[in-house]
Amino acid sequence: MTQINRLSEGGRIDRGKPLQFIFNGRPYTGFQGDTLASALLANNEHLVGRSLKYHRPRGVFSAGAEEPNALVQLEEGPRTEPNMRATQIELYRSLRAASQNCWPNVRFDIGAVNSWLSRLLPAGFYNKTFMWPPSLWMTYEKYIRKVTGLGESPVDRDPDRYEHRHVHCDVLIVGGGPAGIAAALAAGRSGARVIFVDEQPEFGGCLLSDNQRIDDNPAMEWVRRSMEELENLEEATVLPRTTATGYFDYNYLTALERVTDHLPPGRGDHLPRQRLWRIRAQRVVLAAGSIERPLVFADNDRPGVMLAGAVRSYINRYAVLPGEDIVVLTNNDSAYQTSLDAHLHGARVEVVDIRPRPEGQLVEKVRQAGIPLHTGSAITGVHYRKGVEGVDVMRLNDEGSAVRGSSNRIDCSVIAVSGGFTPTVHLFGQSRGKLLYNDDIGAFVPGDCHATNPNRSAGACRGSFDLGDCLNQGFEAGAAAAGEAGFRTSGPVALKTERMEQGAFRALWTIPCDHPVGKGKKKHFHELQNDATVGDIMLAVREGYKNVEHLKRYTTTGMGTDQGKTSNLNALGVLSELRATAVDRIGTTTFRPPYTPLTFGAIAGQHSRELFLQKRKTPMHPWHERNGAIYEDVGDWKRPRYFPRAGEDMHVAVQRECKMARKGIGILDATTLGKIDIQGPDASKLLNMVYTNAWSKLPVGRCRYGVMLNEHGMIFDDGVSSRVGENHFHMTTTTGGAARVLSWLEEWLQTEWPGMRVYCTSTTEQWAVASINGPNSRDLLSELTELPLDSENFPFMTWQDAEVAGVPARIFRISFTGELAFEINVPACYGLYVWETLMEHGEKYDICPYGTESMHVLRAEKGFIIAGQDTDGSVTPYDLDMNWIVSKKKDFFGRRSLDRSDTSKPGRKQLVGLLTEDPNEVLPEGAHVVAELKDTPPMPTLGHVSSGYMSPNLGRSIAMAVIYDGKNRKDEKVNVRLMNGRTVKCRVTDYVFYDKKGVRARA
Amino acid sequence: MLIVTCPWCGQREVTEFGYGGEAHIARPENPEQLSDEEWGDYVFFRKNPRGVHYERWVHTHGCRRWFNAVRHTVTDEFFGSYKPGEAPPTVPVSKG
Repeated sequence: MTQINRLSEGGRIDRGKPLQFIFNGRPYTGFQGDTLASALLANNEHLVGRSLKYHRPRGVFSAGAEEPNALVQLEEGPRTEPNMRATQIELYRSLRAASQNCWPNVRFDIGAVNSWLSRLLPAGFYNKTFMWPPSLWMTYEKYIRKVTGLGESPVDRDPDRYEHRHVHCDVLIVGGGPAGIAAALAAGRSGARVIFVDEQPEFGGCLLSDNQRIDDNPAMEWVRRSMEELENLEEATVLPRTTATGYFDYNYLTALERVTDHLPPGRGDHLPRQRLWRIRAQRVVLAAGSIERPLVFADNDRPGVMLAGAVRSYINRYAVLPGEDIVVLTNNDSAYQTSLDAHLHGARVEVVDIRPRPEGQLVEKVRQAGIPLHTGSAITGVHYRKGVEGVDVMRLNDEGSAVRGSSNRIDCSVIAVSGGFTPTVHLFGQSRGKLLYNDDIGAFVPGDCHATNPNRSAGACRGSFDLGDCLNQGFEAGAAAAGEAGFRTSGPVALKTERMEQGAFRALWTIPCDHPVGKGKKKHFHELQNDATVGDIMLAVREGYKNVEHLKRYTTTGMGTDQGKTSNLNALGVLSELRATAVDRIGTTTFRPPYTPLTFGAIAGQHSRELFLQKRKTPMHPWHERNGAIYEDVGDWKRPRYFPRAGEDMHVAVQRECKMARKGIGILDATTLGKIDIQGPDASKLLNMVYTNAWSKLPVGRCRYGVMLNEHGMIFDDGVSSRVGENHFHMTTTTGGAARVLSWLEEWLQTEWPGMRVYCTSTTEQWAVASINGPNSRDLLSELTELPLDSENFPFMTWQDAEVAGVPARIFRISFTGELAFEINVPACYGLYVWETLMEHGEKYDICPYGTESMHVLRAEKGFIIAGQDTDGSVTPYDLDMNWIVSKKKDFFGRRSLDRSDTSKPGRKQLVGLLTEDPNEVLPEGAHVVAELKDTPPMPTLGHVSSGYMSPNLGRSIAMAVIYDGKNRKDEKVNVRLMNGRTVKCRVTDYVFYDKKGVRARA
Repeated sequence: MLIVTCPWCGQREVTEFGYGGEAHIARPENPEQLSDEEWGDYVFFRKNPRGVHYERWVHTHGCRRWFNAVRHTVTDEFFGSYKPGEAPPTVPVSKG
């Protein structure tokens, strides 16, 4: 059985290039030019998957992006991709695909029991049934995910490459059918920069599937010549296989180009798999075409039920006759062309038209061809076993509200349906344009554009379906768009086409059958992908979900991966009938990007793996690498967290590092500390505003600690700044706060005090900083510099310039550990050399490199806060017991807020120390100090633990916390409640645990 | 994605900019003499109109300069950008 449905001639496939492929484990053959769907249909495979909720058998329904049924799992392993529309997968050699939603296989599916239970699975079923108790949701969820849900995500790393391109253009044209090509020609000929995208491998749109004529030649001949002309225009970019997926403000569109998806996996060589174009267009022409609507009749979801236009497409474009006996069900003239094309290729065709008196040129042609025509009739049931076997046809009453008479069976294997065409207004909707309902076509068409997104629609997406109209509108739109973008365009081009006079279509949102709709076994599906029926809409309306947005969520209409391309309008129509309200008053749901799904790979583009996030490294990084540092990410910085020796875990390493730093000498890479060079006559005036303490009288050569408040009076950063000259300061900030502080200074200088004469320059990366701490640090440094380092010549909180290891250095005698310490700043290029020299000379002192973890423990032993850890945006300097740092004599940011009633009230959360009763118990940061112990939460809180460590130098655990009225709770017993329900007893203490008098730093 | 006009650099993508909230709020010159309520107004209260909004922007990933702009908060139309200290542009009556 090979390709029994393949026609012997015609079509746009290459019979000289047969392609083997595997579907559900079985081998098949198709041709170059096929889609997976057309190749399966050629092999008479109508059953390709199971539906989401009832697991009903489903088949290929469409021939394009709107496909709701034929979703497959494409390929296996790391390249596997779920929910791929078989109608858009270009066939390649050795393609592998499988059905989704079925187990153990598509022919025998256990989940199909849901179908028998369907009366128990109405709309909103999951919400209603599995809501309570919430604790069991996790259990339900697992079960639901197993039996519902679409395909499977890959679990391995994606081996393919993706990229982004950012481009500007004058005119972007979306859609490569006749209107789009005409627009591209008109705009392109003006010399405008044109980008022309279409989702298909070939341009031509509907012309690929129809045998229309332009200027007395096959229309595809005009397409070929036009595309040749466009390809040769210097300023035109033509992108096939490219879907415009999103339309964002100011004419910014994203378009996904499937660069090598049509080749066997991994065969793209140097090319990426997909490319996401980010296009900023002066003007946009939308020529996105239209999507055929199904008619909603009894059991309309059977494999073999297809859109009439799709049947025409399979016949003419792919040379596949999906079945030999075809019944066409329609409410308009277009499906008559399908009847004629199928008839021409030898199919036995009968037409069922719900209109009592269809008239039009195509209807006449069908009559002349002798095709049986049942007017004013409807399909009331589908006979289905392993495939469609026939339909029941009955006459409709005049209103179309019921059927009458007796039913007449017609045998067939394919049912071609047409309920009219819905303009593809998705992008227009995304562009915030206004939609207008057009009664003549029973669908929404574009109205006015949104002010920031100038665009035009042309052709079928504007509701014009005649070829001549499409071409004219395309030329007009393209010329106008280019004209508005500043280009001179030539006059209109007249092309000769054949105009087919068509009769009016008849709107009938639900096709009645021989029992009331929504009752009994027969189902009227308006939404195929999510298995929603007219009965579900009735239920939703009965239960009060009448608003279109509510209806959508209650019935899940339009919430599938196809976003309801074939179902939304029918749902609106049914709703409008049930509510007896006009469709345009019901409105639409919001059109959201993407038009069709795009891969995470395409969204990420090049920004994956090493390029996902930049890493900032200090000049000393190579040494850290060689010496086994374990890193912590601080902002973008890679900071050594600790340096484990053989067999050490973090705890052991940190305990050792902390001890060695206090006993001998520890060395920290402090390069990441934020550094800002501040110069100008008003430099000290600026510092006076940003810090709470006074800076004008700080002598040159001195350093001072300061905290910065926002205007709310809350601490947001801190650091030591030093006076380098009368008008020159060296400011330091926290590692994470560096950029924020610089922006803060710039903001005030630019917006509030543009007259202030100050310049601020980030110098974080210009200085490399080695901080040496511990009693031996002076001895070590004196080996490398001539500078006298004794406290008389180089007191605590001062800085000096000197040569260290033969390179220029600026040494700050400041300390974040409470030990005798020197922060050696050298130009970044010498950082590694100076670090290595210090390590070499430090060897005899048993110098110990330490990382951020030990830095935290050492500072906590001293009760030094970390802004952002012990403070959280609600902490004032008073709350931290830092009254000494707040000047009473000057204004500064946040000064006035400190006097506000709430900020100055007693009993606020204040910083304290906590000592656990059990010295080995380390309090986790974030744990709550509770005011009152209860058996179960909630219980009133006093505050939380902000820092907690095991201190090797005190031989016990220590913690800091911010708790209500902390200042008055000294020596109180408090309880800390842990996540696991355990309670830890603690005592409130001073927050300085080590060297309370601070003599060691001044040694 | 919006296009924002920097008065110094011209039209750029919104991703280059930081947003600074309502414009034309001067820091009080005499904070100490203000009541809690007056100071609270300055620190906490901002307009949140549905319509034309005078607001601050900063060209963070460009010239790093602050400026003001007039934007319609519903349509995201800009009616002009201007440097600190300059007068705002006039907004078309139909848009106000």
